[in-house]
Amino acid sequence: MGLSFFKQEPKIDFVGARFICLGLSALLLLVGLASLALKGGPRYGIDFAGGLMIQAKFEKAPDVEAIKKVLDSLGLPGLVVQSFGQEGDNEVLIRSGQTELTTDAVKTQIDQALAGLDNAHEVQRVEMVGPKVGADLRNKAMEAMFYAVLLISMYISGRFEQRWWAAGAMAGGLMATVYVFHQFGIPTGGLTVLLIAVSMVLCLYLKLNYALGAVVALVHDVIITIGIFSLLDKEFDLTTIAALLTIIGYSLNDTIIVFDRIRENLKAMKGEPLATVINKSANQTLSRTILTSGTTLLVVACLYFFGGGVIHDFALALLVGIGVGTYSSIFIAAAILLALKPKADAPTEQPA
Amino acid sequence: MMQSLRWRVGLALFVAVLGAIYLLPTLSGVRNSPLSAVLPDSTINLGLDLQGGMHLTLGVDMDKALENNLSRRGRDLRDEAREKGLVILRPTVTKANTLEFVLTKAEQQGELETLIKENYTSLAIQQSVALPDGRVRYVLGMTPAARGYYEAMTLDQAVKTIRNRIDQFGVAEPDIRPQRDDHRIIIQLPGLKERERAIEILGKTAHLEFKLVRDDADPEKARLGMVPGAEFAILKDKLPNGVEREIPIVLEKDVVMTGEYVEEATTGFDNMNRPVVLMRFDPTGARLFDKVTGENVNRRLAIVLDGVVYSAPNINERISGGRASISGSFSVEEARDLAIVLRAGALPAPVHILEERSVGPSLGQESIDKGVTAAMLGGAAVCVFMAIYYGMAGMVANMCLFFNIYLILGGMAAFGATLTLPGIAGIILTLGMAVDANVLIFERIREELRRGLTPRAALNEGFSRATLTIVDANLTTVIAAVILYQFGTGPIRGFAVTLTLGILASMFTAVFVSRIMMDFWVSKRPDACKSI
Repeated sequence: MGLSFFKQEPKIDFVGARFICLGLSALLLLVGLASLALKGGPRYGIDFAGGLMIQAKFEKAPDVEAIKKVLDSLGLPGLVVQSFGQEGDNEVLIRSGQTELTTDAVKTQIDQALAGLDNAHEVQRVEMVGPKVGADLRNKAMEAMFYAVLLISMYISGRFEQRWWAAGAMAGGLMATVYVFHQFGIPTGGLTVLLIAVSMVLCLYLKLNYALGAVVALVHDVIITIGIFSLLDKEFDLTTIAALLTIIGYSLNDTIIVFDRIRENLKAMKGEPLATVINKSANQTLSRTILTSGTTLLVVACLYFFGGGVIHDFALALLVGIGVGTYSSIFIAAAILLALKPKADAPTEQPA
Repeated sequence: MMQSLRWRVGLALFVAVLGAIYLLPTLSGVRNSPLSAVLPDSTINLGLDLQGGMHLTLGVDMDKALENNLSRRGRDLRDEAREKGLVILRPTVTKANTLEFVLTKAEQQGELETLIKENYTSLAIQQSVALPDGRVRYVLGMTPAARGYYEAMTLDQAVKTIRNRIDQFGVAEPDIRPQRDDHRIIIQLPGLKERERAIEILGKTAHLEFKLVRDDADPEKARLGMVPGAEFAILKDKLPNGVEREIPIVLEKDVVMTGEYVEEATTGFDNMNRPVVLMRFDPTGARLFDKVTGENVNRRLAIVLDGVVYSAPNINERISGGRASISGSFSVEEARDLAIVLRAGALPAPVHILEERSVGPSLGQESIDKGVTAAMLGGAAVCVFMAIYYGMAGMVANMCLFFNIYLILGGMAAFGATLTLPGIAGIILTLGMAVDANVLIFERIREELRRGLTPRAALNEGFSRATLTIVDANLTTVIAAVILYQFGTGPIRGFAVTLTLGILASMFTAVFVSRIMMDFWVSKRPDACKSI
């Protein structure tokens, strides 16, 4: 009595479409990176850049321009006033870059300035992050991303190829890199990028093909999400990092399910070209992929539309990342795997 | 078959009951009933972002603390040396946190160095230079061990003082913890409404000093640093008509007494009906105060708090009994807050607010409402979809979904975890991801059925093959969540906790609980599985 998307097992030629998809991915990556480059890196929220943010709710619909005009006289550095949340919330966010003043003094000044507006307001949220704490949080976020990639690629190498020694060697190599470059005092941001690159090279060298495919896919997803955030002029803060780590987890989850099936089919379909095995595996898991990504996107969309302003960007990151993650596990991770040809004894396939 | 089903049902029921035991205390109705005596104490806490409150990171100015410490040691050393007939000039603390002074007679070098070695073990002589005029210049630094010990002690004392102040403030469940590596103190004040006052009270160093006034000196000369041993200060005064004025005043540099002896501080009113802070000293302080006032009758004694002179009354007679008062330019409210900080003790060093996050209670409630709405809608959408797509099996998945959320909440209560707004998002995300395991199993069963297996065989095959994949796939998300927990703060940690619990719970419900239901179902209607 249940429904299904496919009465028969679908026969979509994923492998054949891989060059189009790689092109599409390259385009998305380039656009995102170009946007990042043009804007001078990601736009940090106050968590990372430091600064002051005040969320105020007004009785009547606030006039953002009028508020800005009133606050301009205070001479706050980098003052930004924007409306926040949905229409009818009557909320604005007031932000300023790093100030030497204490939050209290600034808040009192802002309060007094807004009091003259003939529109009663209530301060709902105050956030102040000093420059030192901001730098610390930035470093911590970078470290978190790095350790996530490291542990996950170790887990996949060990689990999928039963080569825990290779996984250990990779961990050792990465630790050594961290140690050496730490001596040179390279900032954590650069170090993370470097390490992810090193881990890819190590995967390639140690022939950890599944791990490499998975890591490339997740780096792909994260960079595209960051790029789209940059294009939409969204800010990066701690919740964005949480979203990115979740995307990493989800992207892998998806990739592993496809890879698991490929591994299983490689045994069952001895003698078949790898491309055929990959195609069959992707097709067999397709309805599952559509279903789970569908339900996950459904609930994340609910979060995006109904979860309120505070959680809005977080939900957006998840929405983008989970969408991209689903696509990449079929089209990117599998394509990488095909290019690398796991198992030395796997027969070479005919040109697709 | 039925045998194994029996113990599996038993285990599932056991987990369900365990969940209930931990979840019940979180319900306020149960918490206040006699039942609470037998139930565990831990409950789900609401994060600051949901119940409103304040998160502060304070940085302790360790350089200032070391400077104070060194300068006090410098004074002690000078006094002690004098008693032995050694003359030391101008002990000063440099920017590099060293103590410098000059010994007037080079032949006393040996005696002085013995004194330092014996009585000042925390100081090490870094340099001693013989000056051409027969004097010797010394540079002393703190030994690394002493420095580490002193820093740890300073931080501990700061935490203690802040805890005292917060206790006076009456916040329900404050959380104050030191971060030793970077001399920071993290403070969480849930439900706090008076944020300005909290900052005011927490940030005050409350360094109370008593200094004698040099009425003979010219304030202008003192301001230019031309009066040796004296310093320029401003006396803040408020006239009875409310007008404030600032009077220049000259104080002796030496502190005759500090606020460390204050045992109690309350508010009262002076004879002009102005609010005053009344202090009572401990026995040592009382003795000291008695001596100081006795030796300085008819001089003025300035009361200096955090560098501001509040009042400088004349000492009319020896004051015994250990009581003193600070009058001056403050309101009743200010006097009360001042009494709070004096009672709680002085901070050993100034603190600076490095990070502040405050959420008003109304925004917290709004966040809860919106989060719950989003969760309800998302959950409902998923349930409807699963029921339509998989029919009866979809209902099994839906039941697992409910059980899953129930277990997340129970698990959170058991660990005394904190529910934050991202945490609610984590639960919502789990709603979507939780069906993944069920979908994997069902799709596998469908495949096996298409291959022509009997329903029971397809069921077995589907579960066993999908289980490995499910574990593999979910472990990576757990790894990401654990890292989030490790590196994240506050709300983010809440997200990591719900995500981890959600995944663990979903593995249990999908692999174990849904298997029970499916087995039960197939045993009643052997062909039922075909309709998956």
